[in-house]
Formats: sequence, C-alpha cells, structure tokens
Amino acid sequence: MTPAPAPRAAPVDRSRLPEPGPARPFTFPTIEKSTLASGLRVWTVPHPGVPLVAFTLLVRRGAATDPPGKEGLAAVTADMLDEGSGDRSAIEMHEALARLGAQFDTDIGSDATVASLTVLTRFAERALALLSDMVARPALREQDFLRVRQLRLHRLTQLRDMPGALADRVFLKLLYGAHPYGHPPIGSEASLTAMTPDDVRAFHAGAIRPSVATLIAAGDCDHGTIVRLAADAFGDWTGSGGDDVRATGVPPAASRLHIVPRPNAPQSELRIGQVSAARDTPDYHALVVANTVLGGQFVSRINLNLREDKGLTYGARTAFEFRRLSGPFVLQAGVQTSGTARAIEESIGEIAGIRGARPVTDAELALGIAALTRGYARNFETADHFGRAALQLALYDLPDDYFAQFVARVERVTIDDVSRVMTRHLDPARLTTLVVGDVDAIGPDLSRLGLGEPIVLAPDTY
Amino acid sequence: MNISFSKHTLANGLDVLLHEDHGCPIVAVNLWYHVGSKNEQPGRTGFAHLFEHLMFEGSQHYDRGYFEPLQGAGATLNGSTNADRTNYWEVVPPGALDLALWMESDRMGYLLPALTEAKFANQRDVVLNERRQNYENRPYGLAPMAILAALFPPDHPYHWTTIGEIADLQAAHLDDVQAFFRRYYRPANASIALAGDINPEDALGLVQRYFENLDPGEPAGPVHVTAALTRDVRIRFEDRVELPRLYVAWLTPAMFAAGDADLDLATDLLANGKMSRLYRRLVFDERIATDVSASQNSREIAGYTQITATAAPGHTLAELEHAILEEIARLAQDGPTDAEIERGRVQAESQFMLRLQTVGGFGGKSDQLNAYNVFLGDPAYFDRDLARYQDVTAASLKEAVARYLDPARRVTLSVVPQGRAALAASGSEPAVVS
Repeated sequence: MTPAPAPRAAPVDRSRLPEPGPARPFTFPTIEKSTLASGLRVWTVPHPGVPLVAFTLLVRRGAATDPPGKEGLAAVTADMLDEGSGDRSAIEMHEALARLGAQFDTDIGSDATVASLTVLTRFAERALALLSDMVARPALREQDFLRVRQLRLHRLTQLRDMPGALADRVFLKLLYGAHPYGHPPIGSEASLTAMTPDDVRAFHAGAIRPSVATLIAAGDCDHGTIVRLAADAFGDWTGSGGDDVRATGVPPAASRLHIVPRPNAPQSELRIGQVSAARDTPDYHALVVANTVLGGQFVSRINLNLREDKGLTYGARTAFEFRRLSGPFVLQAGVQTSGTARAIEESIGEIAGIRGARPVTDAELALGIAALTRGYARNFETADHFGRAALQLALYDLPDDYFAQFVARVERVTIDDVSRVMTRHLDPARLTTLVVGDVDAIGPDLSRLGLGEPIVLAPDTY
Repeated sequence: MNISFSKHTLANGLDVLLHEDHGCPIVAVNLWYHVGSKNEQPGRTGFAHLFEHLMFEGSQHYDRGYFEPLQGAGATLNGSTNADRTNYWEVVPPGALDLALWMESDRMGYLLPALTEAKFANQRDVVLNERRQNYENRPYGLAPMAILAALFPPDHPYHWTTIGEIADLQAAHLDDVQAFFRRYYRPANASIALAGDINPEDALGLVQRYFENLDPGEPAGPVHVTAALTRDVRIRFEDRVELPRLYVAWLTPAMFAAGDADLDLATDLLANGKMSRLYRRLVFDERIATDVSASQNSREIAGYTQITATAAPGHTLAELEHAILEEIARLAQDGPTDAEIERGRVQAESQFMLRLQTVGGFGGKSDQLNAYNVFLGDPAYFDRDLARYQDVTAASLKEAVARYLDPARRVTLSVVPQGRAALAASGSEPAVVS
C-alpha cells in the first residue's frame, strides 16, 4: 500500500486516477505428494488460518467415457456414490454427513468425476472415512438406481423448459456429433431408459479406480496425517480405471445457422462457436489473453458492443472451454428478441475482426494482461481455491510450477501471438450459430444474415 | 471466534470498518448504501437497482466506464441491490487500494455531473434485458412477483421485486435519478469496510482523505409498514413449463428478530439434504415430487418462509400440499428430534467458518461487517449471530413453527403448464404477473 498522508492534509487530486503501485509477490505453497500402493495419489496443500479442510477426490473419468448408447452413465454413477455404502442406507449416509456439518458435492464433466467434501478440521478423519465409503465402496443398489434414474429423467424434462440449458445441450451436439464430447453428462431419455444397475456397477468397477484418481486435501491439515488417514480409508480400493478416451475426428457442422423454436420468447438464447483448442495446446496463455480482450471480461469487445453500446443484452461472453481433447470455443448471450440478428452479425464481426481486420491494440493487450496478472493472488485465498488449483494440475498433467509461471507467461504474450493463435484456433467460416427463440419473430431477419436458411430443430430431438 | 475490526465514523457520518488479514495479498473494499427497493414507491419500482447500474458508468472526474481502470489494476468488482441495501465492492491488489477509494469516493460525491440521458437509456435497456433473462424467459421466473404481491399489501415496500415492473422502468426519468442520488447516496447513509492486507492506520488515512470532504446528507431512516395475512390466499398462473410447481409462503419475523434463527433451522431440517423431512417423504419415499426446497427469507423489516416443490409426472399439487402441511403440523406438534437440533448446530458452526475464509465479494468478511453495522449498528455481531443458532432449542423451534407456519394464514401459489389451469391446487384464483 502507498504510505498514507497525514489525515486532512493533501487535497485529493481528481484530475487523474492514481497509478496502481507494484504487485506484491505471491507464492503458491508447495504441494506435498505421495502415492499409495494402489496408485491413488495423495496431495496436500497446506493453508492454515481457518479450521477447515477441503477434500477433493478427482477421478479422471467423466462423461466422455460413457459407452455409446449409455450416455449419462458416468453421471448416474457419480450421483449414486452418496446413496449408501455397506449396510448404510442413502438416508443414513446423509445423516452421517450432516452430523459433521459437511459440505458434500459431486461434479461431473467430460473429463472427470469430482467428489468434494469440506469440513471443520476436527472432523477430518471421520470425513475421509465417509468419502472413502462413498467413492470406493458405494452400495449401488437397484432400488436407489431406479429412483436416481427417475429423478434424472424428470430433470431432462425440466431442462427442456430452460432456454439456456436447452441451447447448451443442442449446441454440443451440433459441434461434436457422435464425438465423446457431443452429449451432455446427463445423457438422454433413451440412453437413461436403457441403463441398468449392472451398467453402473461395471462403470464403477472399470473407471472409478485409484489408478486414475487423486485425493487432494487443502487447508488446515498436514501431509503425514492425511497420507496415514487416506491409507486407512482407501486401503482396499484397488484396480485400474482403463485407458483415456482417444481423440476422434469431428466432422464440420453441416450447416451454419440453427434455431430451436420457443414461441413468444422475450429473448433469444444465442450460442456461436466451433471446436477449438485442447488444454495442452502450447497456445494456451495467448488464447487466454486473446479471449479476455474478445469476450472474457466485462470490458471485452463483445460485451461493450452488445451491452454497453447497444443495450441488447444483460451480458455477452466468450470462452475457450479447454479440455483434455479439443474443447469448444463458445460465445453465449441472451439477447432481446428484436435484436437477435443484429447481435449475431456483430458477434461474428467481432470474432472475425480480432483475427485480422481489427487486431488487438497495444492498450487492449496491456489491459488484458494486467487484468489476468495483477490480481492473480485473489485466486488463492480459501482452502477450496487451493484444492481446485491442485485439481487443475492433476487433471491436465500440468507442472508443479504452473501457477508460479502463469504471470510471467501471460506477460510475454504479444499482439502477434494473439493474431496468430486466433487465426489458428478460430475460423469464422466454420462458426456454428444456434438460437433458441421466437422463430416467427426473427426467422426473416436470420435468413438475411448470409449464413444460409436457418435449420429449424425440434427441442425434443436432443 | 469473531471478525476483529475497528470502527470509525467520519465527521460527515460515513462509517469506516477496518479488518486486517494478511493471509492473501489482496484488499477488499466494500461499500453499503442503506437503500434498496424498500425505499421505492408504488409505480416507481425497480429504481434502486437501475440506479446501481448507473454507478458503473462514470462520474465527474472519471467520466467513463468504471470497469476498465479497476480491471486493469487487477481488481474484480461488482454491485448488487436487494430490498434493503445496495452494495458495491472491489477486491484489489494492495497497490490499487488508492485507486479503488478514489473511484468509490468520486461516484459517491460527484456522480450527477456525468449522468446523461444516453447512459440512462442504455442502462434501462440493459436492465430490461436482465429482467427478461432472469425472470420473464425463465421457467417459473415470475413466481417471486406473484408471491411477494400476495404476501405484502400494495403499500408495503416488499410488495414488489427489486427488479421492478416493466412499465415503471419504462416510465423512469433522469430527474428521478438525480433526486434519488441526492437523497440516498450520501456519506451519512453509507458504510465502507476494508478487509485484507492493510495497515489499519494507513487505510483509515486514505479513507479520510478521499471521503471526509463529501457533504454528509442524512441517513435514510427507518421504513415502518406492517403486513398481516388473515387467510390462505390461493393463487395460480400458467407458464411455459412441463411440470406444475407449488409454492407455500408465510409471513415470518425479520432478520435477527426472535424466531428468525428457529425458522432458518426449521427450513433446513425440512428440506436441506436427503435426510430432511420433506425431501425424504416427497422425493425419496413417496416420489410425488421431483424436488423440494425451503428457506426463511429474512429481511430488514419482515421475513417470509417459503416452501417450493415440483410435482413428479402423474402426481398432483394437491398431494404435495397435503404432504407439506402434514409435515409442518407434525413439526409444530412434536418439535424436532435432539439429533436434528444437534445437526443444525454443527451445520451453523460449519457455515459460519466457511464465511470467514474470504475477505471480499458477496458474503465475504467485509460484506458481513457492513451487514452487521448497517442493520444492527454493531459490526461485532458475528459471534452473537452464531449464538442465535446455537441457542435454538427443540422447544423454541417447535414454538416458532407452530406460531408462524400457520396453515390458515399463508399464500399458496400454483404454477401450471399453459392451458392447464385445472392442475392448480383447489380454489386458486388467477394471479396477474408480467
């Protein structure tokens, strides 16, 4: 902090903004690592202060591992982990968690299943025992399977009422088709209906295994104790999670403009994007900077254009969704119905512009880099932050000094880098656009965009 | 356990709260104005929130968007408006504290010279889109409008939602903005908290430097309006949804008032987690609902408890209503078990510890200090707040449920698919929502 002047002394100079002072150095704590005989990796990130421990159990198998025709299997399996273990029923399991005041959650993505449990330090041992019961020894009973599946089928019904969720689902299919990333983790009515309890048991036996798992403890804990407790709790969990999902080709979308009708909708849910880069691309840092300028922050080109200049939306953003295989680049916005065609035109124009016609300026580059680097330390404040950070390293095979190097690597990105990586990883001619909206109101406008006649898709075919 | 702090009040009435935490090299700046949609008038709703948007569009000495210089300095920032208060926050590297205070003080002191019709029109369009996105185009999204309008009488400021009515937003004028700013955006109606990597003495000097020459104004003062329900108000509306949903709501005590913590724990044991009473019965055992939730929504001058459940296909809202009322009656009659009370206590402790982990943003330590200061005049309330939950007994919880969750005085809302009004709970009158 700048030294304070004596109170009531110097008047405030309001002719210009104060210059920010230099950043304080930030050091990511050393991650202590061990591996149990089963192959389970046990990592500890010490972060004392508040008497809490955040446990994160990462299994590098997710929805992309779903067998064809059994889409949704990984998610059902994850959902059933807390449905009881041994003689303990689902209700008894949740009573045990509640007695610890535990925050338990499972999260499923394309590449991973993550179970997380945060507790007061004095409950760490009991929490780890419960976590291992859930992950290594779930009961996977038929009666629970039937209920969990039924609730997921109801959820699918409800998701169709939600324009944003519907757009996400249809858009993945448009981009990826039959690729392992082409279905959402929840699967479909047909695949869920075809699923059996034995499918779940087989998935648990073949994928939810220590060879592909990492247990991360972050917060008020020490490595020796955690390793000892983990060895006790997970000692009988063995086996291999099989092979990683292999990349398959993604056919280009057959057409460029699609609409899912939502009669009388006051807004259109808009998605524009394409299959783009994987997490291990050497262009990662340059893409992060480029996206920050394009649509990754409030003062990005796209949000300033669609929201602050034209008032068409509450917010528009873009992201490269980096994954182990090539992930999607997606622009998303809810735009007022009357401005749908204009928003699409402007969005595609911004994406095309940043690749060449309107390259990133010195000021935009400096702002983007500063936004990513100067406040970097705030990403490492809570036990959960450290747990999630370590998870990134384990999921994407990143080096231990990844966080220490991040700022320097971002600061080295140049304007040429931005143009080069955006040209390499985005192609306006391959962008696919999807609208969930009022086809009667916007159809004629969409036809005039030069993207071909919009293909009308029925919501229940996805 | 508490949040250590020092409190200072500047000559112009601005409260300053300082909390040191060197765990992470960041500083949270958190500024509360004691104004929300509760201070609006019927026919002029949505104004406090629309005004919040304008606070990011520039002030006299920096007449450009507020995001750019702050994000460029490594800050995250945001603001929010609810019925009772409006808050603005930045989380900055320590070297950018000066910048954040310069900007917060400039918009507190000098917003109006930079305000134009064009900015106003643009942000009104943005807010109308926010309303479309979060309410109109969302399934069941207009339920809050129907529930609040039925719970609170038209002259009560909780009768309307913070996002406001479309017609009111369209009728708003730049003049209104100016009057609103002069009335409410004053040091005497505000409280600023700095938490994190600071030296409190230096930080106080900076706050004094930037804020103490601003004209004081006056505190907004309390709003006194009461609400009472005398019957079961049964309403319905049709929406673009596949599954009917039932909402039951009751008027309950205000934030921090007697009964508030009891009802908070009661709604937890009713619907938080698979072992909770309503989840277990409706979703787990009888499978008549796809989901159920319950919450005690306590606000500054009143609260309401709400239970929400969606009917599973093939089941009716009448079944849900019957089961929900039966479980409430059982809780009112027999009270909670000792295990439920013990669970509630440990969950409260755990929740309070989680809140101590972060200095900034919504719900961080700086926000909590301001909440206690603005609503109670006592930033040291953290441990007494936790004690409210630790002091709940089976008898007090039972008494609160019996007293407030009265089946004869409630709002019962059915949201049903288009053209399927017959699926609503019996005796429901159509509600007008938009």
